[in-house]
Amino acid sequence: MSYRLLREILSDAQNENLKFWQVILNDNCRENRITEKESFSKMTDMYIAMKEADSNYDSKAKSASGMAGGDGKLLEDFRKQPNRLIGDFLTKVIEKAVKMGESNACMKRIVAAPTAGSCGVIPAVLITYEEEKKVAQDRIIEALYVAGGIGEVIAQSAEISGAKGGCQAEIGSASAMAAGAVVYLEGGDNEAIIHSAALALKNMLGLTCDPVGGLVEVPCIKRNVSGAVNAIVSSQMAIAGIRSRIEPDEVIDSMKRIGNLLPECLRETSKDGLAITSSAIKIMENISS
Amino acid sequence: MQLFDIIGPVMVGPSSSHTAGAVKIGYVAHKLLSEQVVKAEIFLHGSFLATGKGHGTDKAIVAGLLGMQPDDVRIPESLEIADKMGVDIKFSGISLKDASPNSVLLKLTGKSGRMLEIVGESLGGSIINIAAIDGLSANFSGDRPTLIVHNLDQPGHVAEVTSMLSHKSVNIASMQLYRENRGGNAVMILECDQEIPESAVEWLKKLEGVVKVTYYSLIPTGGSL
Repeated sequence: MSYRLLREILSDAQNENLKFWQVILNDNCRENRITEKESFSKMTDMYIAMKEADSNYDSKAKSASGMAGGDGKLLEDFRKQPNRLIGDFLTKVIEKAVKMGESNACMKRIVAAPTAGSCGVIPAVLITYEEEKKVAQDRIIEALYVAGGIGEVIAQSAEISGAKGGCQAEIGSASAMAAGAVVYLEGGDNEAIIHSAALALKNMLGLTCDPVGGLVEVPCIKRNVSGAVNAIVSSQMAIAGIRSRIEPDEVIDSMKRIGNLLPECLRETSKDGLAITSSAIKIMENISS
Repeated sequence: MQLFDIIGPVMVGPSSSHTAGAVKIGYVAHKLLSEQVVKAEIFLHGSFLATGKGHGTDKAIVAGLLGMQPDDVRIPESLEIADKMGVDIKFSGISLKDASPNSVLLKLTGKSGRMLEIVGESLGGSIINIAAIDGLSANFSGDRPTLIVHNLDQPGHVAEVTSMLSHKSVNIASMQLYRENRGGNAVMILECDQEIPESAVEWLKKLEGVVKVTYYSLIPTGGSL
């Protein structure tokens, strides 16, 4: 993997007269000595696995702890109600993010993107986009390369695991990846793509990883919603022409430094934050009894 | 990290370290035993012990021992499947010395009576490390074909193994040597870029001073299922 900076991707795109996603595709082919067709088909497999996970949602499934399950159905019913405050697109994004998070907690097959805990963000945004905007699947696959490129840079220059960087590194990274992908789909240029990612990530900086009982359930599942919705609104700001006042690569550096400063008790150890509240302790007592 | 570690892998949830990584440890162990597991004593350490239940770590390890990969949808039912197959499985907690938080000690017995003891660590993402084999240190990820040779600490064994690999045109990616004490038990671990032919592995087993040869191949066997 050769990109440590988003700016390097942009300069290669400019020098080689390629689109953002093509730069990432080429890099993947070089790294793994595979053809463009092989890489594209593997990415397509990933997207199809996301769609299968989405459509296989089981509203009756409950996680082993009993904390997770059934909320996706509430949102499905909610989407059918008239006079909702928000439109179909965003309502669907929320529903799909919750469903994927619940499926993960219930030991269903999902696609880690970038992690299992944050597996709902990117599919919620991209599957909804394909369904609602009726675009060809290949365009979504291209957008996944954009998301993947942003994620690779974050993994190289910062972190993508909650244990190392807190939730900002998981949901924050997923949100930044999805934010860039949407800008690409909406026809924004490369500058708008990386600024969309930066705007999304900035909104997630400092987010801690303090899950109840150490399980990928509370607050993780609903964080997928905030990551997905944040990606959409950040993309809209970027397309409107708003630019992050902080250079996108510097936002990623900041995320790394903030992650390093987060105390261990807020990095997936469940030693503080939400995990030690009375409610959490009560839930855990019920599980063990 | 590679692109398809970022968009991917496809896996059964909920946790890449506690579920997918745990399946992978079990899978590597099953491949190393190279025959159907009939008895497994599973000792969970640290966070595997503390939060394993909620993450399905127990089911994940057993699924791997049965030959399932991390994306196998039968993982949640692995305990029932093992039971039906008559595999004897026992779980307990343990405190391992100097082990990473997500570790497990596996004591396995195969169909023919072959035994294997490994310590596996899940390092995050779905990256794993096999930290010990049969009581001796090790250090490999299961991402490459890996040859493990237990031998007596005598001159010449490394040369025998490496010249065999050279003869079979197998390139060595990494190589580690450990020993208990001078002249005692030693182990060499070689991660390779190509698969090693079965006949060559069998040949090694017959060499004097070689106690045990274990080979981890990336070629799926379909497991014991």
